[in-house]
Amino acid sequence: MTRRIRLIVLGLGIVAFAVSMALAFTGMPQFGGDLHAYRDAAVAATYAHDTANAVSSINFDQRGFDTFGEETILFCAVIGVAALLRPVYRERRREVSEAGHVLESTNLLVYFLFPLTVVLAVNVLAHGAVTPGGGFQGGVILSTGIHLLYVGGRYSLLRKLRPLAWFHQGEALGVVLFGALGITGAALGSALFANVIPQGQLGDFISSGTVPLFNIAVGMTVCSSVIVLLASFLDQALAIRAERVSDPGRTPRSGYEEGSAS
Amino acid sequence: MNDGVLSNLLIGVSLTLVLVGAAAVVFSHHPSKQAVVLSGYGLLLTILFVVLQAPDVALSQVAIGTAVVPLIVVLAIRKVSDIRAEHRGITDGQEEK
Repeated sequence: MTRRIRLIVLGLGIVAFAVSMALAFTGMPQFGGDLHAYRDAAVAATYAHDTANAVSSINFDQRGFDTFGEETILFCAVIGVAALLRPVYRERRREVSEAGHVLESTNLLVYFLFPLTVVLAVNVLAHGAVTPGGGFQGGVILSTGIHLLYVGGRYSLLRKLRPLAWFHQGEALGVVLFGALGITGAALGSALFANVIPQGQLGDFISSGTVPLFNIAVGMTVCSSVIVLLASFLDQALAIRAERVSDPGRTPRSGYEEGSAS
Repeated sequence: MNDGVLSNLLIGVSLTLVLVGAAAVVFSHHPSKQAVVLSGYGLLLTILFVVLQAPDVALSQVAIGTAVVPLIVVLAIRKVSDIRAEHRGITDGQEEK
């Protein structure tokens, strides 16, 4: 293929892409318009199941299987990061000293914000079916709140308050719980991820059937995932160091071969 | 009618702010400064989502975009500079011999 033919193919592709994009954009409903076919269908279904937060209803009730896929993607991605960032051959963990000066105002702010963030996270998670928020948002807020301790300069306290083994299991448990709820829907109801629990009164704290349970499952997975993710990064940045090469005859290359042979 | 004009104005202003913020992220050169600018850009995006009446998305954005992602970037930069410093130390030691 000569350069000229390549350019012609590229030009044809660009022209076709531009034409189809122009057709698609001119055919789209106007920004902020009144015509929303999907909204009309989704909001009607939301009200049918007495869920005040339409977003939660769509995520966990109307397309629960999609959300299960998304949760699994998050789960797998975090496992990948944890596997890549673990200490490997010729790396070791060292003790992290509590050196470094933290401003007193920062300290005060952390003491003030840490409990506030935890309460906010639980609130957002628990009211996921009623007000904006839900499992994902609550889980992320909780995990960032716990990491405020690191901002306050207390890496040792963060490590104590964050038993990583629990969060490894919590992450998996959330995914299992989500799947189990879906299968329960199939066993008791009509379809996978069907909303089988009575939905109660619209706007009540306990309403909308399975949606709050899904919120708890997702909250567990997301909170644990972000904590495991940040723990891997913090560990790499603060604690894990390459071993000093004591014997100058041993080049990194020979060490690499030993590692791959074993 | 007046209400529509006001909300359109709000959307226009926040879209412009997002555009300016994105340009600031792209044009800041040093990666560690870029992480901080990225955090500010996340906040601008949050404002846009609130203006567009998507509070669920705004909540996710404010936690992930302004806190978690910049923190991961900063930690990665720190690790990379540590590795570079170590390599420099090793090569200096060999040169002395």
